Amino acid sequence: MAAGLTRQRRKLADNDGVLAWAFLAPSVVYILALVGLPFILAIAFSFSDVTGGDPTFDWVGFANFSAIFDDPVFWASLRNTFVFTVISMVLIVIFGKILANILIADFRGKWVVRFLVLLPWTTPVALSSIAWLWLLDSVFSPIDYVLRALGLIENNVYWLGQPGLAIGSVIAVHVWRLVPLAAVIMLAGMLAIPKDVQEQAAVDGAGFWRRMFEVTIPLTAPVIAIAALFGAIFTFTDMTVVQVLTRGGPNNETQVLTSWAYFRGIEGSDIGQGAAIALFLFPLLLAAAIAILRAVRRMEVS
Amino acid sequence: MTTLEITDAQRRSIARRHRFGRIGLYVLAIGAALVAAGPFVWGVITTFKQDRDLYRRRNNPFVFNETPTTEHVRVLFEETGFAKFALNTLWVGLLVVAITLALSLPAAYSLARLDRPWAGPMGIAIFFVYLVPPTLLFLSLSRIVVALGLQDSTWSLVLIYPTITIPVSVWLLIGFLKTLPRDIEEQAMVDGYSRLGALGRVVVPLVAPGIVAVVVFAFTLTASEFIYALAFISPSDAKTISTGVPTELVRGDVFFWQSLQAATVLVAVPIAFVFNIFLNRFISGFTQGAVKG
Amino acid sequence: MAVVEVRNLHKHFGAGKVHAIDGIDLSTEEGEYLVLLGPSGCGKTTLLRTIAGLEEPTEGDVLIAGQVVTGLPPRARKIAMVFQSYALYPHKSVLANIVFPLRASGMERGPRDERARWAAGLLDIEHLMDRKPRELSGGERQRVALARALVREPTVFLLDEPLSNLDAKLRTSARDELKRFQEEIGTTTIYVTHDQTEAMGLGDRIAVMSDGKIRQIGPPVEVYDDPADTFVATFIGSPPMNLVTRGSTFVGFRPEHLLPVEIVSGERVTMTLDVQRMEYLSGDRHVYGEVTIGDAPSRVIARLPATVTTPIAAGEKHDFAVPAAKLRFFDVETGLRSEPVRLGS
Repeated sequence: MAAGLTRQRRKLADNDGVLAWAFLAPSVVYILALVGLPFILAIAFSFSDVTGGDPTFDWVGFANFSAIFDDPVFWASLRNTFVFTVISMVLIVIFGKILANILIADFRGKWVVRFLVLLPWTTPVALSSIAWLWLLDSVFSPIDYVLRALGLIENNVYWLGQPGLAIGSVIAVHVWRLVPLAAVIMLAGMLAIPKDVQEQAAVDGAGFWRRMFEVTIPLTAPVIAIAALFGAIFTFTDMTVVQVLTRGGPNNETQVLTSWAYFRGIEGSDIGQGAAIALFLFPLLLAAAIAILRAVRRMEVS
Repeated sequence: MTTLEITDAQRRSIARRHRFGRIGLYVLAIGAALVAAGPFVWGVITTFKQDRDLYRRRNNPFVFNETPTTEHVRVLFEETGFAKFALNTLWVGLLVVAITLALSLPAAYSLARLDRPWAGPMGIAIFFVYLVPPTLLFLSLSRIVVALGLQDSTWSLVLIYPTITIPVSVWLLIGFLKTLPRDIEEQAMVDGYSRLGALGRVVVPLVAPGIVAVVVFAFTLTASEFIYALAFISPSDAKTISTGVPTELVRGDVFFWQSLQAATVLVAVPIAFVFNIFLNRFISGFTQGAVKG
Repeated sequence: MAVVEVRNLHKHFGAGKVHAIDGIDLSTEEGEYLVLLGPSGCGKTTLLRTIAGLEEPTEGDVLIAGQVVTGLPPRARKIAMVFQSYALYPHKSVLANIVFPLRASGMERGPRDERARWAAGLLDIEHLMDRKPRELSGGERQRVALARALVREPTVFLLDEPLSNLDAKLRTSARDELKRFQEEIGTTTIYVTHDQTEAMGLGDRIAVMSDGKIRQIGPPVEVYDDPADTFVATFIGSPPMNLVTRGSTFVGFRPEHLLPVEIVSGERVTMTLDVQRMEYLSGDRHVYGEVTIGDAPSRVIARLPATVTTPIAAGEKHDFAVPAAKLRFFDVETGLRSEPVRLGS
């Protein structure tokens, strides 16, 4: 009896086909239950009149969607989301690449530099955003103090109150926060290039810049694309920075889809509309992700 | 025969360029460190400033114009729930990391090693889960949390956070597992162990450094999370740092700046320190996951 | 009773597109050293892995010691395997590596360490017991891998190209060691290699494989002297067997049997060699040229031992001959051996 049982157990522990499913199933079930189900629920909400005060579910068809389409703030949010994401992504990739080049070099105090540049990424977003709120304060901003001392400005800049500056500030915080992650990812890619390719290029007489643009960047293109993808995801799906710095203001100039969905859904108590707005994020993100992953795959083949 | 002629001028020019390169490198490195860590350095100074020092526009914000004080650090620890928030964050983080590993390590092993034909598409599908933004889910997840009776409890975060950490962890672990030669575990199987035995006795010890990197990464993600923490938990003593610090130190329009800065620095520095220690591990896993995944 | 037997074995990969093993029947005898020899991609490693249980066959059965083991996991088969990389556990010391299989079978610590010391003594690695694998040389790693394979007292050793990671100089001595080791232990061994020198030197029998099939199986001499088809004839031997077309037949002869006509006595077939190039290799002369037996000229190589001093120069024509008994005939269509053809002498 006992022998039969151990035999049974052993068979299970050896069967790759069964194990493959048994190993994967918990994760898949977890994700289906806590991502799949709420996802479907969110779709259902977007067709309902559920509000904070009245949680009963009534089907309203496309009413929520036509309501949000009629609202110019939605279109402004959509535009801002794109502007923020694209500009941040480009800047994150450029600065990330520069930082990765610094970090790959050998120099004294590298450990300390690495520690310091990682800080923006490892700090909880809510806290670092508040720190920036103070750095960009209209009265006490130390940035303004420096600019004043240098004689560049007369009076303090109203960083978060003027549309253009507010947009710039939000983007700057995103970039500041995500460059370390992008740099680490690109560093990984650069370290994975076989050393002999670099050395071959050096022997062939290629200088630093030529090696950079004709060897390193083409070879690490897939990883750069992955870094861009992560930068885009984090900017696109984050609402904390906007929430803390500007709360979408001034006059919805920095409103993005996530923050707008939050204001409508939670603070405006209109869960149906909030869900409808949030739902817009997913297809956009999915399309971007598929495009980038495809590009990565194509680059890997060549 | 061609002759190789290098003039002294050329030698000097090469040496000069080398020297400029080094100087440029240090300038860039220091510049990057300043931009990245500047707010934290300034945060440390601010922490110890007296109110009348801080709130005077003409005062130099980078030096102490009045005697430094530890009053605001005391406020942080004694008059706010900071210690409790930190404990909550740590507690939630550890549980989430445990759940994440328990689920994602087998899943990653299945996708990386067990050669099922669906492994590739499944891996990509799991990665795409990472793209579903919390903003889209928190409304309906709130409902689920309430239905389970977990609202206002840290358990709601313990339950929900793995949905964020599992996809990334699976992806990174696939990378680490792929760096391990297949021979080693097949050898263990020939040596008399089952697939499970080989996994436990050979694979896990060998990818342990990678697992640690994943743990650190997953912890960073949970410590940073804001939306779920805000939506699920309102009583102060169940809050995490992400939500607790802002709500207790920002009262309406009044910001307790010094204490806020102290909290930020106290949280950021240890996480960055640990992350830095495991950075090299993290990097090697990332390459495998990204390039060969 | 055969120690290892495979019956009508098939292994397909990629939804049946690749036939890595395409119908193999094979059996080993007790204490035999069987070498699976073939070019890369011929299915020899897949065959070994299927015997080990690391791959499941698509069709057919594997028997070990008379028992059908198809479907059983590797650990149930009582085999030992040495991988090409040696697959030493990098996080364990040499001793821990060697006792690892014994811990799997639940042996007590005392007898376990004793067996490990016995195996280490046999392979002369007792002084390395506390080292980590990364601190060992290539040859030492091989010995640790062998010791680890030995402690289980397996019914069969499976060796997958264990010499290919060693440098050329070390390889000869390591090969010698492998042979002595097996003679001492007397355990049936299946050895996979693409190197014919290893195969000829180690094997009691050689199974020559290509495209997932066994082309020929037999003692080294037989495989060399009497190749079953043109693949075996040209794969084994360096330089390979000369094949000269004559109608629908290939006439085959080894380079060392193509000698200046005056040296060959008895029944022989003569041909005129149009000498193009010469090489001196370890005392032998390799003569490259063309001969015509049938309709078209064919490229051939003659290998003259140092004892043959006939002056030969590139650009000349010279009469050569092959003893009639050394000629082999193959069908042009199938490549298989065919009836001897009478050649005018």
